[in-house]
Amino acid sequence: MIKFENVTKKYPTGNTALEDVSFAIEPGEFVFLVGPSGSGKTTLFRLLIRDMVPSTGSVMIGDWDLVKLSRKKIPHLRKRVGVVFQDLKLLRDRTIFENVLFPLEVADMEDNAARRRVDEILAQVGISEHSDKFPVQLSGGELQRAAIARALAFSPEILLADEPTGNLDNATSWEIVKLLQDINAAGTTIIMATHNADIVNSLMKRVLVLEKGVLTRDDKREKKG
Amino acid sequence: MRHAKTSWKHIRRSPYQAIAAIFIMLLTFLSISVFAFIVVGSSMIISYFESKPQVTAFFKDEATQVDVDTLRSSLDQTGKVATMKYVSKEEALEIYKEQNKEDPLLLDLVTEDILPASIEISTTQLDDLDEISETLKQNPSISEVVYQKDIVSTLTAWTNAIRIIGVTLIATLALVSIFIMMTVIGFKVAQKKDEIEIMKLLSATNWYIRWPFVIEGIFYGVVGTVFGWLFASAGLLYATPYLETFLQGVPVLPASPLFLFILLGIELLIAVVLGIIASSLAVLRYLK
Repeated sequence: MIKFENVTKKYPTGNTALEDVSFAIEPGEFVFLVGPSGSGKTTLFRLLIRDMVPSTGSVMIGDWDLVKLSRKKIPHLRKRVGVVFQDLKLLRDRTIFENVLFPLEVADMEDNAARRRVDEILAQVGISEHSDKFPVQLSGGELQRAAIARALAFSPEILLADEPTGNLDNATSWEIVKLLQDINAAGTTIIMATHNADIVNSLMKRVLVLEKGVLTRDDKREKKG
Repeated sequence: MRHAKTSWKHIRRSPYQAIAAIFIMLLTFLSISVFAFIVVGSSMIISYFESKPQVTAFFKDEATQVDVDTLRSSLDQTGKVATMKYVSKEEALEIYKEQNKEDPLLLDLVTEDILPASIEISTTQLDDLDEISETLKQNPSISEVVYQKDIVSTLTAWTNAIRIIGVTLIATLALVSIFIMMTVIGFKVAQKKDEIEIMKLLSATNWYIRWPFVIEGIFYGVVGTVFGWLFASAGLLYATPYLETFLQGVPVLPASPLFLFILLGIELLIAVVLGIIASSLAVLRYLK
């Protein structure tokens, strides 16, 4: 369970990225995080992986208080919370296989086990045939899948996807959303930040709306029929 | 192992920087080796002379056997003399021939006439040497007194000067090599800023990021050291015959392999420390 309580984040420049934000997300939920650019979506994600700490308020994941989390536990946290970054952050001088292998290498997983795991995830996201290609050789949708594959490396409880359909055409966007739904169906909590009203409206999932750092709506909707 | 592979990739992809780093380390450790040879060698020479408390007095050519005998008995009477050895002109020529047997030109030039007879005196007490040498200097049949104490104090003065110069030189070189390695490694760290940021977001620990760079620093240090030591040792080996002639019987050379390997061991240790310091400083800026 993710719990934000009266979270405010001010940057040293004086900008307030989030103001008094409170919400809770149950395990296994699929939540859209909606709002214009600069509304604080990315800040919210960065708080969730402890890339920064809130100025005031508390952020909890399960029974971990991220504000008080020791530095040593940050790597553990980032295994529990997978992130698909808005700019993907794939390493250009490594193949797709090596990119997905990377977090497992970092975690010092045994080599053969790690390679098996990568094959498994690449098949899951449907880009096994691109395994040996470099990021420049892939299309936008394929790159997005590669980034999702890397975020899934540790089978995280929570997957944060920052604008995963941002640069994709409509058909490809839907493929990515389907993939995220499949991952959600397997039990992973998903928070997806997006601008895409079309997708948000058709999926009838819970929507959190941020505007200038303030949580203005929290709609819990059930899919019709 | 994985870190070592990453370091090797870093090194291979920028060979010129690697060569610069290795060369400065080589230079540093070449100097350290040469300096170590000089310091150890000169202390051995000094202790050799110190272990032989003796004065050598050279007789004038006109000194007769009677003069020599008188001097010997007067020295005996002081009761301070431990040993006394008279070297006649003939014996002096023999010694000279023995020392220069490989150089016929030098042998041809010298006859027993131009070599002085001498007497080597050692005392039971080191302090008594002063008095004996004074007595000898006043003796009319003696032309020159060579007193080891003078040799030792001159040598000590030289060694101290060499030590100061050497330490300054090595400290400077060590500092320069740290800076150059910092620049080389720092450059690579800067190139990999994005990758490091991604690594951190993917839960890499600071040490995971740091290791390949630290190994790289150690690599430069170790390779530079081995070559610096090799060049210095080879140079010493090559110079050994000349130096032996120059040192004339002072048992310093040939250098023992044990000494050379101990030196290598110490140098490797220093190199590893230098490598770690330089690379850690280089990465420091990017890992808070």
